[in-house]
Amino acid sequence: MESGIFHTTYRADMALRQTPAEKVRVVLAVLLVLCFPFFADRFYLTLANQIGIAVIGAIGLNLLVGYTGQISLGQGGFMAVGAYTAGLLTAQLGVPWYGSIPLACLATAVVGGFFGIPSLRLKGLYLVIATLAAQEIILWIVTHWDAVTGGVDALVVPDPTLFGIQMNTDFRFYWVIWGLAGLTILVTVNLFRTHIGRAWIAIRDQDIAAEVMGIGLFRYKLLAFATSSFFVGLAGALIAHYRNIVTWERFTVDVSVTYLAMIIIGGLGSVAGAIFGAVFITLLPVFLNDAGQALRGVIPNIDTILPFAEQAAFGIVIILFLVLEPRGLRRIWDRIKDYFRLWPFSY
Amino acid sequence: MDTFVQFTLTGLTNGTILALVAMGFVLIYKASDVINFAQGELLLVGAYLTYAMVVDIGLFWPVGVLATLVVAVVLGILIERFVLRKMIGESIISVIMVTIGLSSVLRALVNSVWGTTGKAFPAFIPSGQVSILGAEVAADRLWATVIAVLMLAGFSLFFRHSKVGIAMRAVADDQQAALSMGISVKRIFAWAWSIAFVSAAIAGALVANIVGVSGELAGFGLRVFPVVILGGLDSIAGAIVGGILIGLLETYTGGYIGHGLNQVLPFVVLIVILMIRPYGLFGQEKIERV
Repeated sequence: MESGIFHTTYRADMALRQTPAEKVRVVLAVLLVLCFPFFADRFYLTLANQIGIAVIGAIGLNLLVGYTGQISLGQGGFMAVGAYTAGLLTAQLGVPWYGSIPLACLATAVVGGFFGIPSLRLKGLYLVIATLAAQEIILWIVTHWDAVTGGVDALVVPDPTLFGIQMNTDFRFYWVIWGLAGLTILVTVNLFRTHIGRAWIAIRDQDIAAEVMGIGLFRYKLLAFATSSFFVGLAGALIAHYRNIVTWERFTVDVSVTYLAMIIIGGLGSVAGAIFGAVFITLLPVFLNDAGQALRGVIPNIDTILPFAEQAAFGIVIILFLVLEPRGLRRIWDRIKDYFRLWPFSY
Repeated sequence: MDTFVQFTLTGLTNGTILALVAMGFVLIYKASDVINFAQGELLLVGAYLTYAMVVDIGLFWPVGVLATLVVAVVLGILIERFVLRKMIGESIISVIMVTIGLSSVLRALVNSVWGTTGKAFPAFIPSGQVSILGAEVAADRLWATVIAVLMLAGFSLFFRHSKVGIAMRAVADDQQAALSMGISVKRIFAWAWSIAFVSAAIAGALVANIVGVSGELAGFGLRVFPVVILGGLDSIAGAIVGGILIGLLETYTGGYIGHGLNQVLPFVVLIVILMIRPYGLFGQEKIERV
């Protein structure tokens, strides 16, 4: 029976997984992800793929917002850069899809770093507004640079193939998306055990103190913007190849807001939180839809109400979480774990 | 020359409307340090409420507008009481997200009650053409401008001379000090939200009168950011000047250059202003450099 976690060596303190229960949970989660596609039907596979992409994007955003404390409303714009770069490289220059994805990530990292420059001078709400402007400017370029992006028309991307096998079926692309999502999780979790991750956390907690302690603010802030955008670009590139089609409507400011909602509901400054939030927000409309179908007999004009109910629920969930549990699902999960771990002598 | 006068007049009228929206925004920021991402939705609610009062219920329009204002005050107080008050002292991202959540709820409410298709606004403001210096301006735009100017002047006087207005400035300056002087900060916040809602309702009715009632009104919520940053986040005068400058900029670029450049140029200006003068033209300078 334990009353807490006590480390006696630095090695134990630094360990990624600290208790046997954590190791078991990781194995279970990996098994779930590996077995899921063999049992799921097409609907759930599509959903799982959406969640996978959202996980990558949300982790990317959480790097910037949750860990470094630089609030960004430019997520949608950065995803658009990733998606359009990947799509255009494949559609117009004939770069194979697996080559276009890393290139798109790098391109997004560069663009993200560029729009991170104002963060040198701006903090808090001013930075929010600057990133909002970045979002609007990127989207305007996408919709008006007809010669390259095709303007408001959809950009059609050729089917991704690997050794002659078409990859963008739900089942096959599942492995691509979740493989990359797993890699993203692994990289980011470990990133916060290095000096870079610690520097970001220091900047978030007190930027002046961080600078006094020898952290070059500008360098690390730009690095945070670039790294975050790298993963966001990855999410965008995956959308391009998974959907075969890139349209600007997928990357509006609403997308930025949705991703912010994910990391706030999931838990700021936590990779697990980003995953929880991505799952929650992606599944929310599905649950509402199911609930709506179940209530079909009770409420007569459910079909006309449903889309608005989704929008309202989205807002209400955000407000409720901020008012009642600002640290998000991650905190709720921790409390549940603690309850059972310390049971029956918790106090 | 004629087109120049024409563009200038259109720009000025567009600008005053922007200024009117921006003012509600500045008001909330001034009194409670909240960046309100739901300003566009307040506008939307205001416009639809006026529409409901005048068309759906069929009130005589001055009565309808008055009823709208009363409802706006109540809604403002409710929002403050049940949502924003919990956010006092929370981090910036929480406050921003809560207003974003609010905007989502408000938009859903409006859409579910009135549907998503646009509606023609009851024309209670005369809408002929008036010619000034050889340029034609729609009369409804002119009226909107006149009303907007009157309102802006009224709010300026309110902040300078009325007891509540002065208390509001005190709260904005230092909440602790205001509390110790016997000012109820919660009451002031409620005031700020209801005034912001009233100004948004009037602006909504004016804008809807020109462009019709539709969900697009909410787009003003984003267009207001260049205005308030240019003018200074905490300055009413800044909102007016910023609104007019951005209105002129939008109309000139739209008229002379085109290509939809008028949609993006304000945001480019925004970034430039943020880089060289983040507190805007008239804002209070309190930037901490790191």
